[in-house]
Amino acid sequence: MNTTAIKVLRKPIASAIIAILIGFLVAAVVLASAGYDPGASFAALFSGMVGRPRYVVNVIIKATPLLLCGVAVAFAFKVGLFNIGAEGQYILGTIAATVVGITCDLPPVLEIPLVVLSGTIAGVLSGALVGWLKAKFGIHEVITSIMFNWISLYLCNYVVSLDVFHQPNTTGTYPVHGSAFTMILPNWKLSDEGQAALANLPVLRDVLVRCDVNVGIIVAVVVAVLIGWLLRRTKVGYEMRAVGLNKDAARFAGINVEGNVVLCMVISGALCGLAGALNITGISPHGISTLAAFENNGFNGLSVAFIAGCSPVGCIPASLLFAGLIYGGQTVQQVMGAPSEIISIMIGTIVFCMALGGVVPMLAERIRRSRAERVERARELAAKTGATPASPAGEGDAPKAVDAADAGAPAAEAPSGAAEPNGSNEKKGADGDAR
Amino acid sequence: MEASPDYAVQMHGITKAFGSFKALDGVDLDVKRQTVHAILGENGAGKSTLMNVLYGLYQADEGEVYLGGQGVQIQSPLDAIAHGIGMVHQHFMLVENFTVTENIILGDEVCRSLGVLDMARAKREVEKIVDEYGFDVDPDATIEDITVGMQQRVEILKALYRGADTLILDEPTAVLTPQEITQLIKIMHGLVARGKTIIIITHKLREIMESADACTIIRRGKYMGTVDVGETIEEELASKMVGRCVTLSVEKGPASPGETVLSVKGLHVRDGRGIEQVCGLDLDVRAGEIVGIAGIEGNGQDEFVEAIDGLAKVDSGTISVRGEEIQNTVPRNVLDHRVATIPADRQRLGLVLPFTVAENAILERHGEKAFGKGATLDYGKVRSFANGLIEEYDIRPAGCADSPAGGLSGGNQQKVIIAREVSSEPDLLVAVQPTRGLDVGAIEFVHKALIRERDRGAAILLISLELDEVMDVADTIAVIHHGKIVGTFRQGSVSEEEIGLLMAGGGKR
Repeated sequence: MNTTAIKVLRKPIASAIIAILIGFLVAAVVLASAGYDPGASFAALFSGMVGRPRYVVNVIIKATPLLLCGVAVAFAFKVGLFNIGAEGQYILGTIAATVVGITCDLPPVLEIPLVVLSGTIAGVLSGALVGWLKAKFGIHEVITSIMFNWISLYLCNYVVSLDVFHQPNTTGTYPVHGSAFTMILPNWKLSDEGQAALANLPVLRDVLVRCDVNVGIIVAVVVAVLIGWLLRRTKVGYEMRAVGLNKDAARFAGINVEGNVVLCMVISGALCGLAGALNITGISPHGISTLAAFENNGFNGLSVAFIAGCSPVGCIPASLLFAGLIYGGQTVQQVMGAPSEIISIMIGTIVFCMALGGVVPMLAERIRRSRAERVERARELAAKTGATPASPAGEGDAPKAVDAADAGAPAAEAPSGAAEPNGSNEKKGADGDAR
Repeated sequence: MEASPDYAVQMHGITKAFGSFKALDGVDLDVKRQTVHAILGENGAGKSTLMNVLYGLYQADEGEVYLGGQGVQIQSPLDAIAHGIGMVHQHFMLVENFTVTENIILGDEVCRSLGVLDMARAKREVEKIVDEYGFDVDPDATIEDITVGMQQRVEILKALYRGADTLILDEPTAVLTPQEITQLIKIMHGLVARGKTIIIITHKLREIMESADACTIIRRGKYMGTVDVGETIEEELASKMVGRCVTLSVEKGPASPGETVLSVKGLHVRDGRGIEQVCGLDLDVRAGEIVGIAGIEGNGQDEFVEAIDGLAKVDSGTISVRGEEIQNTVPRNVLDHRVATIPADRQRLGLVLPFTVAENAILERHGEKAFGKGATLDYGKVRSFANGLIEEYDIRPAGCADSPAGGLSGGNQQKVIIAREVSSEPDLLVAVQPTRGLDVGAIEFVHKALIRERDRGAAILLISLELDEVMDVADTIAVIHHGKIVGTFRQGSVSEEEIGLLMAGGGKR
């Protein structure tokens, strides 16, 4: 293996890619042992993800709430908080958006911001409470936010049951007013004029008419980039990262730890609430329904955040992958008859491998070390046997040198130059580990 | 040297690598029977690694170990104990609420049939050893009630109880008062007179001169030689250890104190468990002077510093900086009063280890206009600021601005903190244990920095557990005991023994 390969392996993205490959590998083994052809199954999976323009669009639509919730979780994680309440904050966002969207009927310019904002604020309040309980009383955010998940779920069911909102003969509420919709050209695409215009554009027609194409993904991507920027480039982001990495040192340095914890939960909650609101305004049925169980938009956000290595921008591809697997997984079931749980296995494996996180860079480090060691030994042996070191040999010659040295050949090539800086880096690494 | 029965321990050509980093590289150690043998080296030189190899905690990659001339393989601490080797670690491994006897027999209990403890017999056996070696320890006392020096004796007793002939003491004096150190040295000589062999690991030269017969010096994992302590001087040992000449004494001009910067009156502070640790402390520090606080660990120093820094709640009393009270405010307010602190625990309080050196360099100061516009941080400016500090303070490796602070060595981490705190030109600099764990060269650097700050006109409060450091660096020495200042002296007007007595709670007043 050459040095570039090792360098690549040490990058966080390498862990993600390897985790994904292992996920597919494990899924292939499970499929094969259950008597399904893995190749054909994966083919079905991919055709279900990208086979038609409409599939791709559906994947993107599904990815939107996952992206926002993923960014919310990743952001909180950077500040040292584990926001497992993303699910509940998402639900609160849907509830608030639905209630406001049904109650108020304003022109779209006002209605859309109002509905989206009310969902966001619902998330903010929930997050703020969790953050405040943590900052003020030291109650762990995992405990409070898990409980909030259930409170939100039953609040949702309660709101659905209210006569004001409940749509008779359904399990859901009335849809919000059309002025709150955030789809792209919702009316035009169904009008005669629109149908006529789209008749000659099958791709666009497939995409526009048969899915709820909406602006949510644009908002989500902008938010992801913005959060990444906030963490990396602003003073408040600097403070938050300091709090997340070492809150004692942060407090010592005059940073308001409690304030940052609350602010972080506020932002995290806001993103989840925003995700909920955008799903109400963006996709049918534009209302909430009785929940028998969680829809998992928030929980899947956790997985997305971990696949992304808790990088907000990394959540963009991670959410697309995740949504693609879920959406394409349905096709696997339809075409192959294989249970779609295979997708859950795959996702579980990927998240598990990501959780092992540091392993890949560690392996890369070990490979590098053992190589450097072998080089070192070869050089020593060469020196002992009194050979004059040959002209500086590259890294690639190291194994050869070892072979020669092992055979006791006095003319062992002693690699130098390129090997040396490695050796000194090494020491730093070892030092750090020992501590 | 040939393996011979005259030597209790012989280790030849010991090599131990972690990855490709050689912690030990062909180190030799020959310890004569019935001697005190010191192992001297800087931090990270490999002293502890060598002893851990002897005690079976690590396996050497190369080299042989002989005990009394016999080659042995020591695979684990159990092997080591079976071979009569005992080790007293720097941090004691005692059960706080057990008695002395219970701690000594722990893991090797005296039992009747069916595993019932025979405490009476255990006590008799412990008493026998205590009498034999003349240790002043009450077998029935509970560990938490006895002094640190006594706890250390319990640790030694533990090793003797297990039949140790060779005792390894890892930095045994780090936690002791001068009186306790004298006692320890007496105990060590007593043990040697009764046929034991002692190996002590230390980087304190004076103790080697006072207690050891021979001294083996290790530098960066390499064997630097063994000297007969009777035929050497401290300076020779120091330069062998560091590899260059070092000045052991602190060079400084007389202080010219100005107005009072820090004024503490009747301060009372409780610790996290609600126990009062600072009990009516009064102290003044003036501009242009170094006030050193000498005291044994746990006499309220930590709580005092936390109270100054706004981290701990003050029950009563005042802390004023240039006349303005700052107690019971937030750390930000304290910093805004131009108070800088070099914390005792640099990894917990001083640095965010995963942050880069540049990011750490602006901790406390990230809000300043110089480092960004509005809400954003200008990382270009941050980096150039950090590069300036790296150059000025010789933080190594050069060009480490973008590498995580956690990757630096302890001494360089400390330099980052000192550079940051000093660069803000504080009115009051609180330096807590600024040289803990640093080697001779780095200590010299830190002391020079403190004196330079003093000469600039800052008030310096130096809090250290190393009495030597306080005696050498401070212009005014204040002794703390049970959360109170029990004596204040000008440098040079008091003997070490007098201070030691006050530290231990004795003496006048």
